[in-house]
Amino acid sequence: MTVQHTMPGNAAAAGSGEPYLVVENLTVRFPTADGLVQAVTDLSYSVELGQTLGIVGESGSGKSVSSMAVLGLHDAKSSRIEGSIRLGGTEVVGLSEAKLRPLRGNAAAMIFQDALAALHPFYKVGSQLTEAYLAHHPQASKKDARRRAIEMLDRVGIPQPDRRVDDFPHQFSGGMRQRAMIAMGLINDPKLIIADEPTTALDVTVQAQILDLLQDLQREFNSAIIIITHDLGVIAEMADDVLVMYGGRAVEYGATKELLTHPEMPYTWGLLSSVPDVTADTGGRLIPIPGNPPSLLRPPKGCPFHPRCAHVDKVPANLCSTELPELLPGSRGADHLKRCHLADPDAIYRDQVLPEIAPDLVEES
Amino acid sequence: MFAYIVKRLLAGFLVVTLISMMVYALFWYGPRSPAQELCRRESNNRCTPEKLERYEEALGYNNSVTSEYGKWAKGLVAGRDITVGASVIHCEAPCLGLSYRTRQPVFEEMKTRLPATISLAVGAASITLTIGVTVGVLAARRRGTFADKALVSTTLFMSSIPYYLFALLSMLYLTIVYDVFPQTGYTPLTDNPGAWFTGLLLPWLALGFYNSTSYTRFSRGAMVESLSEDYIRTARAKGLTSRVVVMRHALRAALVPVVTIFGIDFAFLLAGTIFTEKIFDIQGIGRWGLDATLIKDLPVVQATVLFGSIIIVVANIIVDIIYSILDPRVRLS
Amino acid sequence: MSDAKTPHEGAEPSVRGATAGTPQDPTAEPDLHSSDVPGAGTDEPVLTFEEAAAHGHTATVLDPDATPVLEVENLRMYFPVKSSGLIRRTVGHVQAVDGISFQVPRGGALGLVGESGCGKSTTGRLITRLYDPTSGSMRFDGETDLATVSRRQMKPLRRDIQMIFQDPYSSLNPRHTVGTIVGTPLRVHNMVPKNQVLKRVQELLEVVGLNPEHYNRYPNEFSGGQRQRIGIARALALQPKLMVADEPVSALDVSIQAQVINLLQDLQAEFNIAFLFIAHDLAVVRHFCPEIAVMYLGKIVEVADRETLYQRPFHPYTQALLSAVPDVKQAAIGGRRERLRLEGDVPSPINPPSGCRFRTRCPFAQEICAKVEPPLMQVGPRHKVACHFAGELGDHPDHPVTAPLLGLDQAGSPDPAATPLAQADPGPGFADTWFDIKRGQMTGRTSAGTVGTTTPGS
Repeated sequence: MTVQHTMPGNAAAAGSGEPYLVVENLTVRFPTADGLVQAVTDLSYSVELGQTLGIVGESGSGKSVSSMAVLGLHDAKSSRIEGSIRLGGTEVVGLSEAKLRPLRGNAAAMIFQDALAALHPFYKVGSQLTEAYLAHHPQASKKDARRRAIEMLDRVGIPQPDRRVDDFPHQFSGGMRQRAMIAMGLINDPKLIIADEPTTALDVTVQAQILDLLQDLQREFNSAIIIITHDLGVIAEMADDVLVMYGGRAVEYGATKELLTHPEMPYTWGLLSSVPDVTADTGGRLIPIPGNPPSLLRPPKGCPFHPRCAHVDKVPANLCSTELPELLPGSRGADHLKRCHLADPDAIYRDQVLPEIAPDLVEES
Repeated sequence: MFAYIVKRLLAGFLVVTLISMMVYALFWYGPRSPAQELCRRESNNRCTPEKLERYEEALGYNNSVTSEYGKWAKGLVAGRDITVGASVIHCEAPCLGLSYRTRQPVFEEMKTRLPATISLAVGAASITLTIGVTVGVLAARRRGTFADKALVSTTLFMSSIPYYLFALLSMLYLTIVYDVFPQTGYTPLTDNPGAWFTGLLLPWLALGFYNSTSYTRFSRGAMVESLSEDYIRTARAKGLTSRVVVMRHALRAALVPVVTIFGIDFAFLLAGTIFTEKIFDIQGIGRWGLDATLIKDLPVVQATVLFGSIIIVVANIIVDIIYSILDPRVRLS
Repeated sequence: MSDAKTPHEGAEPSVRGATAGTPQDPTAEPDLHSSDVPGAGTDEPVLTFEEAAAHGHTATVLDPDATPVLEVENLRMYFPVKSSGLIRRTVGHVQAVDGISFQVPRGGALGLVGESGCGKSTTGRLITRLYDPTSGSMRFDGETDLATVSRRQMKPLRRDIQMIFQDPYSSLNPRHTVGTIVGTPLRVHNMVPKNQVLKRVQELLEVVGLNPEHYNRYPNEFSGGQRQRIGIARALALQPKLMVADEPVSALDVSIQAQVINLLQDLQAEFNIAFLFIAHDLAVVRHFCPEIAVMYLGKIVEVADRETLYQRPFHPYTQALLSAVPDVKQAAIGGRRERLRLEGDVPSPINPPSGCRFRTRCPFAQEICAKVEPPLMQVGPRHKVACHFAGELGDHPDHPVTAPLLGLDQAGSPDPAATPLAQADPGPGFADTWFDIKRGQMTGRTSAGTVGTTTPGS
């Protein structure tokens, strides 16, 4: 890459050996007319350079809200943010708008779902890209910025980038728009890329292309990636670590291989059992998670998942509805955290859940 | 684009023709004919059947509506000779006929009245747009604050006052009682720019300010909506300053619906602002049409209606073209 | 927990539902009062896992002997493309659906998959006659041709064919109560006496797992999954024989998707409703449909039973599609799945490529693909594919397998020496004989049930 950029705190981060992004005890609340919406509660995670974290959860689980906070995108007037977010060693929480701006799109960039809505319909793709570049390279000329925009469009695989640079977003196909969105996110060589449902609206073959692209780019630039999705398949193929969120909290956190083969939290089981799979045993059952996601205005007492949990009967003394379980290591090692009162979730999954949802996997595990 | 404009113009021509036919039909089949009205007025309420017959013959009301409309339409294209008493007056194309009241060609009178209406409309519309959009954008950025809420309720209160009352009271208090503004009226710009300006200042402000209340709410709404769009979040995530985000990204999108409505509103202003012209004593198109309607001066009514409908048709086409320029997704066809 | 409280007045504790097995089990009686599973309210008790699991369905099984309720043959839908300009001439056609044939078994389900723009939604709209087809036939219930009936004749048929839409937010009128929405079809078609409408509406709401007392509420008071249930209740009101479900779950949260799929499986078994299930989610389709047709650019490129299509697909497009789906099992292995990569975008349906429409993106395309359109040929008992180089992934033939069938040489030119094999298009259904691509000859079941073969004349 030809472009130089300075990153506040980059050196410090490198020196301390801390992961590039560290989120600690993050809480995000929004005061509304109906009361305080507890969107994210006490969330901690970290991502190292060259690594991918997958955040999975349903709508309202807080997965997007927490990552928006990383860029300080919540309006200070309408949100209350506590805890700590260190991006390359810089504390983001409480930072002024003027100090956040140099970080946004530069140290960390976001790639949004639905590129048609996320790109401005009235401006050419090229001008939206150059705008992002010039925002962080005020000394660069318009010509340089345009050259850089074409270079990026080329890099993300848009054919004839020198011509397509002057197209409007609606003249692109869905997959190309998402590529342009990625090009815009990467134009300033950010060290962290947050991809919020980057492939949700796309067809599977296009989705596969976009995921390939993200992996190629990560390999090339050694960037840290957070991929937010509801698709466990995407997580399985993309992420090194997984964070499962429910009702604004982390409910399970660990290495992808470990977590998806030995899930220890009934909500994760629910996600696995409620989604069919193209290669699954057709004798496996589709078992929905009953009910609806919890209200963030009046979250349930105890474990946030207990009103929908099919395993509360296995925990004595109504513990689930009275006491919030801590996010602690389970029986499978210190790096696999789960928020559940069940004594031996791994055995329950193996002996009860797996035979129902994937009979073919029982022998192997 | 060119084909589109031609097509729209053809359709507009059809609409205007139909409207002018309807005006004729209304005069012919209305409860009391213009001949009766004119006869009564010009003979001091002593209109005899013989006199009436003469009036009817002179004005053509004893002929069929189709033949008279035909004459009028022909005059519009080619000009015609009109007999008034013993003399014959040649009326050049575009001939809109002679006013029943003044016996003068309508088109000539229209040319003297148009500048007043255009001056009024342009001035008032500029004020409307400037105040409306500026205040609307400011309110949208401070959405939910006390200032925003106060502003919204003020504009709602303002628009609940009937306009004629608002105009009348401002005239009464600001000119007559307190003498803040000089006497209103229209002086041609070419005669005396100073008098042109001072005479129109209060009407501009009254009309412009009153109309701006709805633009404030409208542009506030459009702005609130565009500020909540995904692409605004994208723009902020790129690290743009909030000024660029608001002015370049949000306002650009919010302006599209505002401009669309403004185009049509401006056309209505050009077609004549009856209350404003009446209250502030400006001899414009609106007042002319109003006076003519009261005395059933068919050629003048027909002329003002024709003018108004042409303006609206053209404004609609222009708005569509502007729309397609502002929003690249829109293609005219 | 569940034995402590009843989930709903009138509904038994749901142990009964434990027998609600797979739909093909005639003895199984699905518990349609299962509002405890979807959780229509928020304070309802939760089942134990064993009970919840018993409510979950396994994949629907194929009934090979079912008669077709719908037979579509050579269906076409061309949308005219008008020129801009003063006189708007038709300058071309969007070939949204171009000569497709399939059948939907009575009480069964056919899945229609493909990427956006492949024509699958248009097909659904043609069957419900939201569009008038350009040509082709759609025989419903063995007699009426839906393609040619007039609007008036269509009205009574609308009872039998209902549609479920993708977007539960825009497909319900926000100003009507749920009672009105579900009751309107009952009134319009005089299904029940006027004074019975409300009672029937409440029954229907209960069947789809909503609280029957909520008939007076408006759609905005329900969540996305509940709204989709309302849409299903509305479709169910007329006791249709065929439901066209166009992406019925793709707008829903993952946990809610499974609730709705299970509900549809319940209803299918209970009321013997056939489904044309249109979706882009290959895994959902696989679960719901024992038979699946894959569409690409207005054509069916492959149709087969589930096991064949998902495990041994012959068409490169099906292979690419399937290999592109991210698989959660990959977590155990790590990295991405091996897959057949496709380059570029789907071409325009206004000017589709000559010959095989997939050839511009196909890694196996040869000369013949540009010249000759591959016919949709039957290659197995319940397997048809339209590809000159049909074969399992990694085992695609070097020479066009269709050449002997069509009487062509290897490059796709007519071969005077060859006699075309008499393997005509079997139409919407499947024939008892088919073309064995490995051996290049006809094979099939004889009346005695043994397999016989015919050698092509050469």
